[in-house]
Amino acid sequence: MSVVSLEKPQDPVPDPEPDLVPEPEQDQPRQLAAARSLQDRIFRGGSLSVGILVMVIFGSIGFFLALQSIPTLSRYGWGFFTESDWQPERDAVGMSAVLLGTFLVGLIAMITAFPLALACALYISEYAAPGLRKSLVAMIDLMAAVPSIIYGLWGFFLLGPQLIPIAHWLHQNLGFIPFFRVETDPNEPVWAQSQYTGSAFAAGLVVAMMVIPIACAVMQDVFSQAPAGEREAALALGATRWGMIRTVVLPFGRGGIVGGTMLGLGRALGETVAVLLIIGIAFDLKVRVLEVGTITVSSLIANRFGEATAAQLAALLTAGFVLFVITVIVNTIAAIIVSRGRSGASTEI
Amino acid sequence: MSTTSTSGTRTDAAAATKTDPSAPERPRRLRARTLDDKLSLLGATAGSLALTWVLYGKILPFSGLVGFLIVWYVVFLLMYATVTSLSSPRPVVVDRVAGAVVMAGAGVVAVALLSTVFYTLVRGVPVALHWNFFTKDMSGVRPTAPMSEGGILHALAGSAVEIGIGVLISLPLGVVTAVYMVEVGGRLSKVVRTVVEAMTAVPDILAGLFVYTTLVVGLGWPKSGLAAGLAIAVTMVPIIARASDVVLRVVPGGLREAGLALGASQWQVVRHVVLPTARPGLATALILGVARGIGETAPVLITSGASTFLNLNPTENTMNSLPLFIFIGVRSGQPQFIDRGFGAAAVLLTVVLLLFSLARWLARPKV
Repeated sequence: MSVVSLEKPQDPVPDPEPDLVPEPEQDQPRQLAAARSLQDRIFRGGSLSVGILVMVIFGSIGFFLALQSIPTLSRYGWGFFTESDWQPERDAVGMSAVLLGTFLVGLIAMITAFPLALACALYISEYAAPGLRKSLVAMIDLMAAVPSIIYGLWGFFLLGPQLIPIAHWLHQNLGFIPFFRVETDPNEPVWAQSQYTGSAFAAGLVVAMMVIPIACAVMQDVFSQAPAGEREAALALGATRWGMIRTVVLPFGRGGIVGGTMLGLGRALGETVAVLLIIGIAFDLKVRVLEVGTITVSSLIANRFGEATAAQLAALLTAGFVLFVITVIVNTIAAIIVSRGRSGASTEI
Repeated sequence: MSTTSTSGTRTDAAAATKTDPSAPERPRRLRARTLDDKLSLLGATAGSLALTWVLYGKILPFSGLVGFLIVWYVVFLLMYATVTSLSSPRPVVVDRVAGAVVMAGAGVVAVALLSTVFYTLVRGVPVALHWNFFTKDMSGVRPTAPMSEGGILHALAGSAVEIGIGVLISLPLGVVTAVYMVEVGGRLSKVVRTVVEAMTAVPDILAGLFVYTTLVVGLGWPKSGLAAGLAIAVTMVPIIARASDVVLRVVPGGLREAGLALGASQWQVVRHVVLPTARPGLATALILGVARGIGETAPVLITSGASTFLNLNPTENTMNSLPLFIFIGVRSGQPQFIDRGFGAAAVLLTVVLLLFSLARWLARPKV
């Protein structure tokens, strides 16, 4: 790294008195001898091989999952993506319900997490007293460090019962929208409470708790880099604080907002135990998110691997491969968006 | 909540400039609140609370605390906007409402986080206060046994063994990979970085599934602590590598160049300049990796099996761990087991909080 920076051609400094001094020759970088000591060659070779090893290990996860899913995919063909049931004993294995459930849980998580994460990031970078900022960022980091099983407990025991009346109300008043329908009569004197638990809605809210710190950290980081000059210019022109945020901070942070949200989406799609704790498992092809019963790819794997025979395991590995491909695509796009325009150069003193 | 009434400030400033151009500049006070600001906020809060109180429980047939808070907040926003618009122009109204929305969003997240932490501790600490909770395992304990019997010693020991294996593997791999990406570089390092970044996000369950299928099914290993430790290592390597990568990148380039200019070889610069400079950051990376690894449930669920007895040998027999103990306890539906699960959750959360504080303390800015 240092060698590279030495070789970087310097910008020619404008000469203050060009007439008095003879035209200097163009600055030439000093040529550095490239011979490395044995120690250095061992160091470079060693770290290179570790880097390759790590790359191979992780590359092999994807390769291995792909390899294992070939038999299943060739056996079921496109039916693997259109069949909704998952009953290997009846030779009916398909991912459409699983993928739809994963998508719905992810969608609910993102709808909840996006505004909350944005509000959190704006609060930390724009509204909070400057002395408080560091502690708030630490709180967000802490939120990311809390194990997902703890969020699962919280969602199952504390949040779940609170959600039942809300889901019931949504069904009663907005039940004509397909999303809010539940296959039960909401107006019975004793309405079926159990129909409103273990839904994609409840699972999505808990997954949102795990998405928020990831998205918020990225957004807050980008917001705090918004150029001070432009902020001050907006304020000096008489903008209110929100006016400044809307015209300076948000446009500047657009990459961070999109990228952070997508990073969170990657997490939302892969969350396992918290979802498995909360949902009632059902392989129905439905968009009724308030109703009991849904399934996601990762909770399917966690739930079914134990009883799996060789053929079932292959089907689960195929499901895992599909999840792998989806998350890698989502996260790669997110990483590209976040890193765009930010150089990876080292800090100079 | 909002800036001072903007239009007023602006006319004052304009007037001052007109009368006396040499008057000293006064900075615009962005955080000041006028009496009007405070009173509109207070009035809107009180008014909306009263209105919601009447509407929600008495006239409309709603129930539930969360619903009440939602309705109160919506009514509050409407009232706040109306009250503000009586005295201020539209930009100020928008500013105040936006401020109220942003703060409410941050408040919701804070409440959610704090309620998670406190709920777990409140339900778990009374269980964990039994001394036998830390010194006994669950072998031979009836499901309905009181809290004075049995404990989580086996889960604690299992977590320690598994995370130990995870750290032993992932620390060198992660740090050396980061050193390779930052110090050695080259075209291949970009590929390695891309792969590592993509892997940070791969669901943890896939790490478990990978280890389970290759080692347990493929090579015929038993479900064991070693398999679980390997699965945890697979999830920890990208976390440590990425965090170390960030830390190494902010080591000032001038330090490296100084070392090289003094005639040190690259290895000597890395060994004596870069790594010592980055040591607190690397420790933070490790601890955050451990905090993450110790709470990983999905890979452990697949690879380790769950024992009820103390097992310190990672190569044979099943092994329990804290997250697995919580998961199985809560899923069992037995009230006593759920309580034990909460006890274990309180212990796990405390461990994570301690590790997290330690990481912050190590990474504190040096005075």
